[in-house]
Amino acid sequence: MSRMNLLQAINNALDTAMAADPRVLCFGEDVGVFGGVFRATSHLQEKYGRERCFNTPLVEQGIVGFANGLAAQGSVPVAEIQFADYIFPAFDQIVNESAKFRYRSGSLFDVGGLTIRAPYGGGIAGGHYHSQSPEAYFAHTPGLTVVVPRNPHQAKGLLLASIRSPDPVIFFEPKRLYRAAVGEVPDEDYQLPLRQAEVIKAGEDITLLAWGAQLEVVEQAAEMAEEAGISCEIIDLRTIVPWDVETVASSVLKTGRLVVSHEAPLTGGFAAEIAATIQSRCFLYLESPIARVTGLDTPFPLTLEKEYMPGPLKVFEAIQQTMDF
Amino acid sequence: MKTTRSTAKPVHKPAFANGDDIQIPVFTLLKPDGTLYAGAGQSSLERDTARRLYRAMLYTRVLDERMMAAQRQGRLSFYMQCTGEEAAVVGATAALDDADMIMAQYREQGALAYRGFTTEAFMDQLFGNQGDPAHGRQMPIHYGSRELYYLTISSPLATQIPQATGYAYGQKLAGQGHCTLAIFGEGAASEGDFHAALNMASVHKVPVIFLCRNNGYAISTPVTEQFAGDGVAARAFGYRMQSIRVDGNDALAVYEATREARRLAVEENEPVLIEAMTYRLAAHSSSDDPSGYRSKKEEEAWRKKDPLRRLQRWLLDLGWWEEAEEQELVESLRREVLDTMKRAEKRRPPALETLVTDVYAEVPPALREQFDELVAHVRRHPEAYPRSAPWLDADQADDALQDDPSAHDGEARP
Repeated sequence: MSRMNLLQAINNALDTAMAADPRVLCFGEDVGVFGGVFRATSHLQEKYGRERCFNTPLVEQGIVGFANGLAAQGSVPVAEIQFADYIFPAFDQIVNESAKFRYRSGSLFDVGGLTIRAPYGGGIAGGHYHSQSPEAYFAHTPGLTVVVPRNPHQAKGLLLASIRSPDPVIFFEPKRLYRAAVGEVPDEDYQLPLRQAEVIKAGEDITLLAWGAQLEVVEQAAEMAEEAGISCEIIDLRTIVPWDVETVASSVLKTGRLVVSHEAPLTGGFAAEIAATIQSRCFLYLESPIARVTGLDTPFPLTLEKEYMPGPLKVFEAIQQTMDF
Repeated sequence: MKTTRSTAKPVHKPAFANGDDIQIPVFTLLKPDGTLYAGAGQSSLERDTARRLYRAMLYTRVLDERMMAAQRQGRLSFYMQCTGEEAAVVGATAALDDADMIMAQYREQGALAYRGFTTEAFMDQLFGNQGDPAHGRQMPIHYGSRELYYLTISSPLATQIPQATGYAYGQKLAGQGHCTLAIFGEGAASEGDFHAALNMASVHKVPVIFLCRNNGYAISTPVTEQFAGDGVAARAFGYRMQSIRVDGNDALAVYEATREARRLAVEENEPVLIEAMTYRLAAHSSSDDPSGYRSKKEEEAWRKKDPLRRLQRWLLDLGWWEEAEEQELVESLRREVLDTMKRAEKRRPPALETLVTDVYAEVPPALREQFDELVAHVRRHPEAYPRSAPWLDADQADDALQDDPSAHDGEARP
């Protein structure tokens, strides 16, 4: 075990994957000598050479198209998009190519080796273009796996599982926690399961569901709720799609109440999908409507970022309202 | 139908071409010491424009120094300097009509300085306060001005380049003799949007000028890892576009090149690509530390080619500028920036309602409902929202007083 922050855990996972498999390549804007603008790829070029870890020209559609080609050839590309906000020039390559490579060829070809890493989320004074949480756009595309870790231990295990997954994975990293989240991380090679949510705290009265950096917020809200005598069960969804309906549904069958929270806007956010599925699975057991605590239906702001964000107080109020329904 | 412009005769052995036979020279007028090269002809830059140009370059340098210092003091969340590239940006702007459109990337505050963007306007945007027309929604340096024909900056790279082509096509149809200048870095020129923009401009004969600031680095990535070809200028040939490479630290050369480019664009509907060879003397941004990817020695070599010193020498030699005048100006600009910054820091944040306005022309009912819930939430927890809670009632008073211009002086209220 070593104490690592989330960035170091990502770097360690990439190092582990490159050491274990010579087909693993890491590339993207500034990832070479510099080690990425957040330093997630530090020292990888030094260790594995310029052929396996390198800077690309500044062109996201090219980075992902190139990665699709590499994956089709049998390599294991881990492409970095510098910020999730800048992934959209690659949307066509991801939505029409990565996601459909296997399906359209009847498994003659696939890009299962592909992993796309991108820092996402707010709370760093990044305004519109360094703060967005675009997971729902990709969740609407069958064929993609979308994974979001909440802490360093999860980040290493989930990233290694993503790199080795037989399907293309988009791995969104909570950049607000890059240096802020520190914890014990096993030194050895390990994987955590994709498509499995995790109950990180058991409780009786209400289920709280989130992913990535938002779990920290939900945990703070749960502490306030516990002080008010409300017992909260907290679930980390971990894989956004394909998502673990069973774990969430069995929790809600027990508690009868659900609050889902994410930073992305309300309308069309992934909480909507969860609410629809859970109300259909748990309808007769629900004590109150499923609540969503999310960003506003607006672009991400800057000066009034705190007002926009679904902070602990907003989640706590939603818990109270759900309990008092 | 002919499928190419080529009139070359067929050949009967495979003949490949990689363009290496085309050498693009650098157009330059002022030597690094600020004296004219022997072959440099008479400049068309007149005294008043020359002084305005140099003053804007000085202003940009002073602004950048002060604001980077403010960022380091923790007064500002983020900053980006134009340092080293002032001649490329301001020189090109000076060659335009002031009503030509500029669509910049993010490091082009010199263009705004030339067109008279006030220090107050700079500060209000940087501090995202109530005076910012974009209501503190964007990160610092994302300026915009409709009256100065400067499109509000968007962080995603290269998106403005095809927009410039479209805007300029509209200007051509409007027939008022205006053009659009798109400014971007050599890194952004790798994006697909750049190629789309150039191709469409050439096909549709659009009065647009593409100015690439080739400053050596895209954050840490050197040009040697950005492209294998002869810079950015050579790409124009693939689109049959006029192209020129210019010394980007020579304001005079940039001015002359852009002036001729504007003539080609406006009078002949020929789009033009200008590649200004320069160097980003500062870090990419306040979040960057260049010591991890380039040497001090390299930076020093470029510092000796400072575009300000070069133009200053030329102006002094012509008797169009005086050293004493400069000292006084720099001091007064520093004071102005500092005083204005202090005022901007104290101005109140934008009204809470600005979170939901401008998303659509009218706030949709569902969003209005979200906003009402937010207001109620902030009222229940005013201590958690110091940026908006103290002003909720003042905002309502604003609504009531909106016909009274004196109620909108923008100054902080108790």
